[in-house]
Amino acid sequence: MLEIRDLHVKFHNRDREAVAGISLTIADGEIMGLVGESGSGKSVTAMSIAGLLPRKQCDLSGDILLDGEDLLHAPRSALRQIHGRRIGVVFQEPMSAMDPLMRVGEQVGEVLRIHTKLTPAQRKQKVLEVLASVELPDPEGVYNKYPHELSGGMLQRAMIAAAIVIHPSLLLLDEPTTALDVTIQAQILELLKKLNAEKGISMLFISHNLNVVRKLCRRVAVMQRGLLVEEGDTDQVFFHPRHPYTKRLIEAIPTRHGKETV
Amino acid sequence: MKKKLNAYLLAGLIITGALLLLTLIGAFHTPHDPNAMDSLAKFQRPGAGHVFGTDNFGRDIFSRVLKGSGTTLAIALATVAIGAVFGTLVGALTGYFGGIVDDALMRLNDALTAFPSILLALLVISLVGPGKYNVVLALGLVFIPSFARVTRTAFASLRDVNYITSARLMGASNLRILAVHMLPNTMRVLLPAITIGFNNAVLAEASMSFLGIGVTPPDASLGYMLSEAQSMFARAPWYALCTGGVIALLVFGAGLIGEGLQKMDREVA
Repeated sequence: MLEIRDLHVKFHNRDREAVAGISLTIADGEIMGLVGESGSGKSVTAMSIAGLLPRKQCDLSGDILLDGEDLLHAPRSALRQIHGRRIGVVFQEPMSAMDPLMRVGEQVGEVLRIHTKLTPAQRKQKVLEVLASVELPDPEGVYNKYPHELSGGMLQRAMIAAAIVIHPSLLLLDEPTTALDVTIQAQILELLKKLNAEKGISMLFISHNLNVVRKLCRRVAVMQRGLLVEEGDTDQVFFHPRHPYTKRLIEAIPTRHGKETV
Repeated sequence: MKKKLNAYLLAGLIITGALLLLTLIGAFHTPHDPNAMDSLAKFQRPGAGHVFGTDNFGRDIFSRVLKGSGTTLAIALATVAIGAVFGTLVGALTGYFGGIVDDALMRLNDALTAFPSILLALLVISLVGPGKYNVVLALGLVFIPSFARVTRTAFASLRDVNYITSARLMGASNLRILAVHMLPNTMRVLLPAITIGFNNAVLAEASMSFLGIGVTPPDASLGYMLSEAQSMFARAPWYALCTGGVIALLVFGAGLIGEGLQKMDREVA
């Protein structure tokens, strides 16, 4: 459903290409992991899919196709439709991802306000349903709360709700669990698995945490310095890494015996 | 964000509230006719009959101060309204869109800021003539740049915040992003700026009227009265003291409110 072909991204103020020609496909209903260290280009890849790169400050080439529609070269007006309706994004930091002065329910329903002709009552109904589907207790209460009244984990659930309320076909998750503590992390991962199974939403899950990726993703791609160094089934990549960088990444996972890294 | 009133804000609200109330009452009822002359009651000291005393024509200064502060307040509020509305508009456009609009408008802004505001206001007055509406126009124009600068910074700092990015991603229009998501979040800098602007407007109007380029008789503003009082300071010092005191209280009260708002914001953050 998502196909990236030979994507290059170069910012005008940098010498090196942030993304130096990567190709990647995500099948329908698949959860694809994208791992790599900071600055490896994984977030830039996600941002170019979401159309969030400042077009004036960088050169883009290659193709990004979502169900055959070109996301990279389409005019802005067309993109607004595609991005809003078909792609949901969840950011790393839930606290800053919501407008502090707007009630959570309204923000979750905002994309409906923009892209559908639902009445306010229908919209609220939808929002309450989706808040319940991300397993937030007391959806009605959450609807009327302001972001600072929710915990980080609850906010991230609400963000996921906002990202899926319009039933997008692709969910971009940019380190959605990094800012959360481990137990909440595990709950969010379970939730994502459930949403993937029940609603068939494809996901691109970006993380530098290999353990998280291993729990969630069937396939994984490894990026280093703007290049895709390895891609394949998660188990394959984890147990038989071919590229030296992947090996080093995997060796860097702390184990129970604590011998590898500091 | 539980709002807790702090001492500054409370004191400011009480002072400003009391003055506003008095002025409001003064608009409908004053103890004496503010323009009625009484040759038998010239230069009376403050006392039971005349709380603030009388001037050289025997007019009741308290009544005149009530009327005058009405004029001053109206001019200051209108000035701040013009400055805040247009300044925020300019700030939003430049801060949000950046680029060439930003460069052009902000350099113009720098140029305007380089002149003392009274001088600019004087320029406008010399073009359109004195009178209270022209004072509002002149000061309003002069106040736009400072509001534009403050709000531009606020809008620019919000531009790349995650919730703005995600609103953009949802396909929200620029207008919606600016009005629904950004404007409310700039209030924390805009509100203190408004109180400071109000203070400056009170002082600017007083200075202009004092210099004789402000309101024209029969309108009387506090600044105009202060310039009258100056000429008879030796004979009737209470005139200048009472009039100046009210100006000082107005500015003090609004200043406290501004300080209190900023303090509250810091405590929340």
